[in-house]
Amino acid sequence: MMPVFSWASLSPALPELFLVMLGMVMVLAGLSQSEGAARSLCRVAIGGFALALMMLLGVNWDSAPVMNGMFVMDHFAGFMKLLILLGLMAAVALSVRYLEQEEIDRFEYPILIVFAGLGMMLMVSAHNLLAMYVGLELQSLSLYVLAAFRRNHSKSSEAGMKYFVLGALASGMLLFGASLVYGYTGALGFDAISHALAGGKAGAGLVIGLVFLLVGLAFKVSAVPFHMWTPDVYEGAPTSVTALFAIVPKIAAMGLLMRLLTEPFGSIMPEWQQVVWVLSLASMAVGAFAGLVQNNIKRLLAYSSIGNMGYALVGVAAGTASGMGAVILYLAIYMIMAAGTFGIVLSMRRGGRAYEDIEDLSGLSRTNPLMAWTLAFLMFSMSGIPPLAGFFGKLFIFQAAIASQFYVLAVLGVLCSVVAAYYYLRVIKVMFFDDPLDALDSDLGFSLRAVVFLSIAFVLFFIFSPDTLVETSRNAAAALFAG
Amino acid sequence: MIQVAAFYLFASVLTACALAVICARNPVHSVLFLIACFFSAAGLFVLLGAEFIALILVIVYVGAVAVLFLFVVMMLDISFQDLRRGAMQYVPLGLGIGLVLLVELFTLYRAWPERTPVITAESTAIENTEALGRIIYTDYLFAFQVSGLILFVAMIGAIVLTHRCRPDVRRQKVAEQNRRKPSDVLEIKKVSSGSGA
Repeated sequence: MMPVFSWASLSPALPELFLVMLGMVMVLAGLSQSEGAARSLCRVAIGGFALALMMLLGVNWDSAPVMNGMFVMDHFAGFMKLLILLGLMAAVALSVRYLEQEEIDRFEYPILIVFAGLGMMLMVSAHNLLAMYVGLELQSLSLYVLAAFRRNHSKSSEAGMKYFVLGALASGMLLFGASLVYGYTGALGFDAISHALAGGKAGAGLVIGLVFLLVGLAFKVSAVPFHMWTPDVYEGAPTSVTALFAIVPKIAAMGLLMRLLTEPFGSIMPEWQQVVWVLSLASMAVGAFAGLVQNNIKRLLAYSSIGNMGYALVGVAAGTASGMGAVILYLAIYMIMAAGTFGIVLSMRRGGRAYEDIEDLSGLSRTNPLMAWTLAFLMFSMSGIPPLAGFFGKLFIFQAAIASQFYVLAVLGVLCSVVAAYYYLRVIKVMFFDDPLDALDSDLGFSLRAVVFLSIAFVLFFIFSPDTLVETSRNAAAALFAG
Repeated sequence: MIQVAAFYLFASVLTACALAVICARNPVHSVLFLIACFFSAAGLFVLLGAEFIALILVIVYVGAVAVLFLFVVMMLDISFQDLRRGAMQYVPLGLGIGLVLLVELFTLYRAWPERTPVITAESTAIENTEALGRIIYTDYLFAFQVSGLILFVAMIGAIVLTHRCRPDVRRQKVAEQNRRKPSDVLEIKKVSSGSGA
């Protein structure tokens, strides 16, 4: 008997369907337009993401899984997609002018971002190992191409190649793990796997499969010891692409990781908690110590993002709803801070040339005090100085860790964040106490200013009304534990 | 009986060829051994009753992928002797990782819950191809469509990274060709007999 199909059953995936259409229409539009297509398509992409955001808000956030249980739209997926869409809008807004300045303004750039974003949204909605893999691959493939987008530049090509080879290896590990999980549980769907594992103890085979899945995802969130690609890719990729890498994909990968660990493998929590524990501690330590010797600001931010993923993994290791809620909040705050910071990195230009070293910020407080103060507050927030937003992210994470009795992890995490504070403060020292260099170009463009302004406003004023975001992330995390 | 014999034949050829792929000195030979691997794997699929996958393996992997490999290997100007120099220093590391994987595989084998009987394809009236088609376009439609998008992105990516717009190339301009009228290009001359044009 043929099952009855109705279009209404696809409604939970409305934003995704819209993005598919948008991507294809953009390809046609880009091909039929010759001059200035990149700029107008970037605007179309921002508008498209905004429309998808509205559709997302209109969709029922408590839907049952659709498409044969492969796609789920719950509060968790909804909030993560909200963050992803906002991050994508910020990333495209930051790139518009940079693409023209660097003469890489080809129209495929926004199209690849649309497809990468689609892949990310499918990842956080995945409810089946197969759906997880195809979503991840769609996202990764678009990002590999974006990393190598400045193809005449050897560093950019190297970044793309490195990212591709290591990413392919990670996908292989992920698939190997998925095949073992399938072999030992006989199921691909998340519900069916959790059903097969309910009550029983997991055998060695399943645990090996789970570890391989974790390794594959640890590559994508660049957790130590699977972080080797991050600094090189961040440094080599065009800066606007680095901004995209720092802002969005990690949210999707972390969201996928959280759903995978709590929904299908929630009943064997002790098995994965120890793995996440090690990943988390190693990431925090490497992020803190390796960042100390960096001179290139993109490499510095790469290590900073490795460290930040370590803090987020502390909350995952806690394994509780409050821990996951803290991770979501942390990711949201980190995303906003990263958007602001990269806005400033993108405006480090003198005489039309981009500069990337920390020394190039020397004496910025005298040549451009507004920018210096903005970056200073962002750096204070990243290092977790109290009244700023970054502090609350870390606070909730460590609270959750202590509530789950991960005392060692919490204490070591705080120590690592003290070490990491050194390199954030070093940027501030260079800006405020070193001899000034020539002034930076002041021609920044509206969209970049807007992103930096919104980011700094959030960082400064989060303390006045934190409740909305905290509550929303709690609700989102609760959805993971509902099933 | 003959099935078992065929299995061992295909499996041993497969393993031997796989070894030859990584041991062969000449990269072209490696690719040729790889093709032999694909053929033996296809034979194993036939034994399992999955003839569609066997044929796809031959058509796609032998027909397209391996031939592509051959082209790339033959066209790239890489000295494989230079690449191989210094490879010996990684042997201990490789052996170590191999050993760990072997131990893991052994653990997996031990951990297998019970000796489940081998599942063979059900001999129903539904053909292999039809059975696959039925689930790919219904139950797994989502994964199928997203795979299509992945291929689309791969195509865009290949064009982005390699396509170069060369202004000096003469292109066919279809619109201009269609717009041409006989009066623009043809001139009819009366040639009187006896004198040349």
